[in-house]
Amino acid sequence: MARTFFPFENLTPSPASFSLLPFRFTRLNGKELIVNEAGEFLIAPNGTVQQLADQRLDTGSELYRDLKAKQIVFDEASSPLLDQLATKIRSKFDQINGGTKLHIFVVTLRCEHSCHYCQVSRQTTSRGQYDMSTGTADRAIELMMESPSKEITLELQGGEPLLAFDTIQYIVPRAKEAAKANGKHLSIVVTSNLACVTDEILTYFRDEGVKASTSLDGPAFLHNKNRPRPGNNSYEKAIEGIERARAILGYQNVAALMTTTAASLGHVKEIIDEYVRREFHSVFLRPISPYGFAIKTKQSTGYEMDRFLDFYKEGLAHILEINRKGYRLSETYTKIVLTKILTPHGTGYVDLQSPAGEALNVLVYNYNGDVFASDESRMLAEMNDLTFRLGNVHRDSRRSIFLSEPALKMFQVACTQSLAGCSDCAFQAYCGADPVYHHATQGDMYGHRPTSGFCKRNMEVIRHLFSLIQENDPETMRILWSWIAGQTEKREPSLCA
Amino acid sequence: MRLTTSGIARNFAGGIVGVVTKSDLLDHRREDRIRLLGPSTTVVGDSLIGYRCVLSEGKLDPAPTIPYIHRIRETDHLGDGDIVALEAKTGLVRSLYRPYERHHHLFATARCNSNCLMCSQPPKDHDDVVALTERNRELIRLINPHPNYLTITGGEPTLLGDNLFALMGQLRDEMAATEIHILTNGRTFAWPEYARRFAQVGHPNISLGVPLYSDFAASHDYVVQARGAFDQTVTGLHQAARNGIRVEIRVVLHKLTIPRLTKLAEYIYRNLTFAEHVALMGLEYIGYTPRNINELWIDPYDYQDQLEETVEYLAIRGMNVSIYNHQLCILRPKLWKYAKKSISDWKNLYFQECENCSAQESCGGFFQWATKKHSDHIHAL
Repeated sequence: MARTFFPFENLTPSPASFSLLPFRFTRLNGKELIVNEAGEFLIAPNGTVQQLADQRLDTGSELYRDLKAKQIVFDEASSPLLDQLATKIRSKFDQINGGTKLHIFVVTLRCEHSCHYCQVSRQTTSRGQYDMSTGTADRAIELMMESPSKEITLELQGGEPLLAFDTIQYIVPRAKEAAKANGKHLSIVVTSNLACVTDEILTYFRDEGVKASTSLDGPAFLHNKNRPRPGNNSYEKAIEGIERARAILGYQNVAALMTTTAASLGHVKEIIDEYVRREFHSVFLRPISPYGFAIKTKQSTGYEMDRFLDFYKEGLAHILEINRKGYRLSETYTKIVLTKILTPHGTGYVDLQSPAGEALNVLVYNYNGDVFASDESRMLAEMNDLTFRLGNVHRDSRRSIFLSEPALKMFQVACTQSLAGCSDCAFQAYCGADPVYHHATQGDMYGHRPTSGFCKRNMEVIRHLFSLIQENDPETMRILWSWIAGQTEKREPSLCA
Repeated sequence: MRLTTSGIARNFAGGIVGVVTKSDLLDHRREDRIRLLGPSTTVVGDSLIGYRCVLSEGKLDPAPTIPYIHRIRETDHLGDGDIVALEAKTGLVRSLYRPYERHHHLFATARCNSNCLMCSQPPKDHDDVVALTERNRELIRLINPHPNYLTITGGEPTLLGDNLFALMGQLRDEMAATEIHILTNGRTFAWPEYARRFAQVGHPNISLGVPLYSDFAASHDYVVQARGAFDQTVTGLHQAARNGIRVEIRVVLHKLTIPRLTKLAEYIYRNLTFAEHVALMGLEYIGYTPRNINELWIDPYDYQDQLEETVEYLAIRGMNVSIYNHQLCILRPKLWKYAKKSISDWKNLYFQECENCSAQESCGGFFQWATKKHSDHIHAL
């Protein structure tokens, strides 16, 4: 017996009314940007939100179909599929699953550089006072292993950690042993200026599977200006170190990071070209952290966020041009933010998270055993601001660290979902909270968004990237996607080298 | 290639499944075999004892004492090793399995809870579950050598209920290395208990091929002619993923699915990111399609923009995407690498234009029924 077919209107009549799911919105170059709770967005005609609010939208229109498919509205014609929306939201917050992944060990504060923007280093060659003791290292490893995370990254930092190479040699095998005993996968990165690196040290890193991350601020004139050391040869040392490290560790195991100082502004193309010349395939256009010595020395290093944003946009345009000519080069921050905007995944990047990555995603074990919520937190501590000291490895457990008063105070203001200025921001799904930044710059962890440099930077970066998405130039989009597709995000090695 | 033939059946009731042999075998090797006699063979006494059945084009006289079907219209398409199902009531000889083919199917049931406008195998409402399950269990037992791939199709295989789990269990035990693909509308998987039990069978090598026709619920429901189907399918896909069941999304391209195709790709990427493959498939002019052709037909030549945009959209996002049932002369060269030769051997043919085409080797060609309806832009390359 043949079956019959039903006409569209009989089978699935248009609903008489609709209901709203949570969404946020803003204006965007003559259109409206509507973002749902899972970060999916629709660039809709002007007036769409008003029509939604007034129940005036035609439920038979293509626009209505777009809004329904993006889970911005629902109606009685079908299920709102809330479980599926929940799954998407959960995927976006995956990084808070499993506990702290990144553990930074400050093995020494000593450094032979005297960078203007450095917050912490000490000009001393004598051992002891500013080095991590073996007892402190043992306890830090124990605490690191108490993290529920199966994936653990141990970052060896300074100062200049290679000045305490024997401490590194003490920590690496013990951390590996502990990881094995606890069933964890351990990656180790050393953050070094590479000025004092030797083949012997590099061979040790190669044999132990330790990766290297270093600083490259741009061409010689800029790098040496930003990073003074005896002999004024930081650049030459860095380049030599990078090449040696590549030869021994393998090309892909050596990364470089730059810091933008006032002296860098106006030179973004030269900085990027330096990265291309050195055959790097990513560059991170990073503003200077407004902490410690960087605040003190604002005259020589600091600048307004507006100037950094011009620097960033000019740089991104230049990077896209380099890609169009056939050289693959990604900009790390763009990649991170676009991953948040364009993909169903979150990122592991600690500095742009809600809840804030501090403590939840990263812990810093200082040379003296103090435990901090982030690299920036311990820099504040070097300026005698102990607000974010969560405990000490010799006195505390993981539990007491996370339940310490500084931690709890910080966690209260760590979610953009509940912060004034963020809770209703259209870009919330792509942004993060940063109590440490706001404490450092505004004297208040909660922060005041209209005057926040953090807010200004991210609002403008996100808006700029949405403009590119809206332009939808096929070549540009292909380049941007080549940066983000198919890769599982790793946390970029942290700050100073 | 012919799939069925018929003759006059005697000496049995119900059905028989067995492996065709054209040459006479020793007694101890006859157990699973169906003896196909040549035109000039004469039957002597008890010489056929031990075979499951005897097939012959000519009239068998004297008649054998064992089951037989004689006066069969044609037997040229039957060869050694073919597995056939025989039906006593109708004298039907149906080829179930041919070892030399690339694509193998196991037909689970003709029943379906959807009624897609372009269904190539329109559902039937009679209960064939027990009979077909029995036939398929025997078929699985007889398949030799084990193929690399086997597709379980229908109708809607999940309507077999527990019988599907039994078949999967048998496949797990008897040919675990064969990759099993189940073509299902996915609706049944919306029940968490069902998805959980499916996964519990523990077949190491199984995936679902699930059609999704729109990102907008009502449009999908209309194409499959079942209200609420979109909600069930999407929920089912999520339940499958949650239980570690691998899934492929299949989209048939026609006038109702083309307009929102790129939006569907976006939906798949954001909501069904776990899909390990997206297949974009040309319309088959068979089954229900001719009845609904006015509502469905769009010349593939006319949707190349949407197809290219969709394929690019998925590919740059790292999703695995293929184009099925399209001829290379219709597709833009940049899409060729996504085109797969997907048509079953017995359904496959080429046109006269194709004789002079330099790309025929790598082209999937046509479904045999495409002779009646195909793109106006077929040409030799």
